[in-house]
Amino acid sequence: METVAVKKKKKEKPVPFDYSNYIRKGKLPHIWCPGCGHGIVLKSLLRAIATTGRPNDDFALVSGIGCSSRTPGYVNFNTLHTLHGRALAFATGLKMAKPNLKVIVTTGDGDALAIGGNHFIHTCRRNLDIVIMVYNNFIYGMTSGQFSPTTLPGMIATTSRYGNIDPPFDVCKMAEAAGATFVARGTAYHYGELEKILYEAIMHKGTAVIDILDSCPTYYGRFNKYKSAADMMEKIEKEGTVSVKQADSLPLEKLEGKLLRGVLYNKERPEYTAEYAKLVEKAGGSKPK
Amino acid sequence: MTTTETEKDLPRILIYEELCKGCDICAVFCPTEVLELKGNMMTVKNLEACTRCQLCDLRCPDFAIQVF
Amino acid sequence: MADKKKKFMQGNEACSEGALYAGCMFYAGYPITPSTEVAEMLSVRLPKIGGVFMQMEDEIASVCAIIGASLGGAKSLTATSGPGFSLMQEGLGFACIAEIPCVIVNVMRSGPSTGFPTGPSQSDVMQAKWGTHGDHPSVVLTPATVQEIFYETVRAFNLAETYRTPVIVLYDEIIGHMREAIALPEPGEIEVIERKKPTCKPEEYKPYAQSNGSIAPLAAYGEGYKFHVTGLYHAEDGFPTNNTKLIGEANERIVNKINKNADKICANEEFYTDDAEIGVVAYGVSSKSAKFAVKEMRKKGVKAGLLRPKTIWPFPDKAVNKLAKQVKAILVPEMNLGQVYYEVERASKGQCEVKGIFKVDTEAIHPNQIIEEIKKFT
Repeated sequence: METVAVKKKKKEKPVPFDYSNYIRKGKLPHIWCPGCGHGIVLKSLLRAIATTGRPNDDFALVSGIGCSSRTPGYVNFNTLHTLHGRALAFATGLKMAKPNLKVIVTTGDGDALAIGGNHFIHTCRRNLDIVIMVYNNFIYGMTSGQFSPTTLPGMIATTSRYGNIDPPFDVCKMAEAAGATFVARGTAYHYGELEKILYEAIMHKGTAVIDILDSCPTYYGRFNKYKSAADMMEKIEKEGTVSVKQADSLPLEKLEGKLLRGVLYNKERPEYTAEYAKLVEKAGGSKPK
Repeated sequence: MTTTETEKDLPRILIYEELCKGCDICAVFCPTEVLELKGNMMTVKNLEACTRCQLCDLRCPDFAIQVF
Repeated sequence: MADKKKKFMQGNEACSEGALYAGCMFYAGYPITPSTEVAEMLSVRLPKIGGVFMQMEDEIASVCAIIGASLGGAKSLTATSGPGFSLMQEGLGFACIAEIPCVIVNVMRSGPSTGFPTGPSQSDVMQAKWGTHGDHPSVVLTPATVQEIFYETVRAFNLAETYRTPVIVLYDEIIGHMREAIALPEPGEIEVIERKKPTCKPEEYKPYAQSNGSIAPLAAYGEGYKFHVTGLYHAEDGFPTNNTKLIGEANERIVNKINKNADKICANEEFYTDDAEIGVVAYGVSSKSAKFAVKEMRKKGVKAGLLRPKTIWPFPDKAVNKLAKQVKAILVPEMNLGQVYYEVERASKGQCEVKGIFKVDTEAIHPNQIIEEIKKFT
């Protein structure tokens, strides 16, 4: 017992991460509901950005419409809150006009995959250097709980009162098939792992898609009989996933019904702004600014 | 802001009342049951048990709690 | 202008030349008849000057991309036609409320829907004004010759930068594909307006600040200002607001910055209107027939005159009203079933008869059709 106590005393006191350089003054509290995981995801992102050591002005956060799309309003970067589903189209224009900006898109399952599905697959196809963070909470939160393209079959939403019959998209498989060169899955529960994934995504040259499992206790949780926000994190994010690193050593029955977490795909392929710079040279023009 | 600090070597837990939405995530995932939700506000119930692991801060969606 | 500078070129080519002259460095678009030549030409020319050409996945992406690029500091353009223009409406509204300069070219074709893709039309005049939802500013230019497409495209960029608003260049398939001799001006020969950028300290920058109708400078992302842009109603600092007073003021401001400057934005050609007793108000391709008709009537001693708006929105109320005061009747030939006609009627305030000459069979209105109508008032 004594040794333990001594060890404890010797342990260095942790310094809490200082978010004040990244959060705009006076913008908190944010609009997200009690227990919504979006804030946890945002904090992981800010720590990942801090790790890059790059100044805030090097980053642009672009979003569409929905709960996750409110992210840019709180943070001290170049920020653009656009139209439902169109964040990637705006981001594409911005990135091509200013290739040195690190463009991060914060989007939701509905914003990215339903109304914005076309832009999602084509951004991946081009392998344009953009980080796409899909805050995937299986529901349209902002419009109060309709089923989305990732809602699982049988689940209840305000527009699927008899249980959802629409089969869901797998964000990661879709991203990989469309051509994204960095594809990963994280959760709000696994905040540290998510931070590392986001750092890697930012450093990656090409389209990086991160499917981030996140909880909406207000709608998805309430309709589907989860007891609390923590209960959702426990069941969906913790018990519902397995780290890709552990997956190989686990028996098949332990993987059943579980989603893999971690970096699922990471390949090099020519990136769009770099290819465009080559095209400009070929045409005899100067390199774009 | 509530500050809980007793003796020098004990952890300091800051709960920003204007930011805490009382979601209870920090208390549920605290490995040593330091925190307790009272009404809509998080409170410190057992500071001595705190190991400064910061899980509460890292899983707080509202920038509302810090430990040092 | 020296003759060696004269070139024989298509309207859509002249549009591309105008964009390049105005300093356009970014084009995003989706192939659609009859506007595609603008894209084809810029796909060759923009890379040569380090500019960006992008073929997007659809017209929605195209309009959004040019707004994004504009926020990156690039003068940007897209070109389309009816169906694509319909898809662009939401993005157009975003550019209005967020006050982001950009230029949208709509080469009008027969509609609704797919209609007759290679057939000309002038039926998007009202859509160009009211297509996107909510009260919003509209600046729409209607060139009538290949040369004028060049000039009006340059002016579109200038107006977009001056007023921080999207500007639409609206012409029809006939002028878009017609070939005429045009003279390309030397650099510096006609004015090109550059975007006003902020000079204040970043922490003091308010992207939507205004006093006495002035328009705030627009910073580019990544140049130190780190500001916020949203399609929600926002306060001077760019952040969303639910203050009803601010919302009302902001909506009025974006509309008034155009309407109160209508005299500066409006541009008309007056052709024998001084002593006209019968007026014609026509724009785009129909004004070519109208001009011919007026000339013919003058030869016969009939005092006809043409008022040709080069800016259709804001509507040239003053010029139409002045004409209405002096003439017996105003004829409005247009390739639709009555759009500008109703505006002329409104602006005339009952001072003269207003008669429309409408045609939607995708063939241009023949000068004789206008001559016959003029004769009825002699």
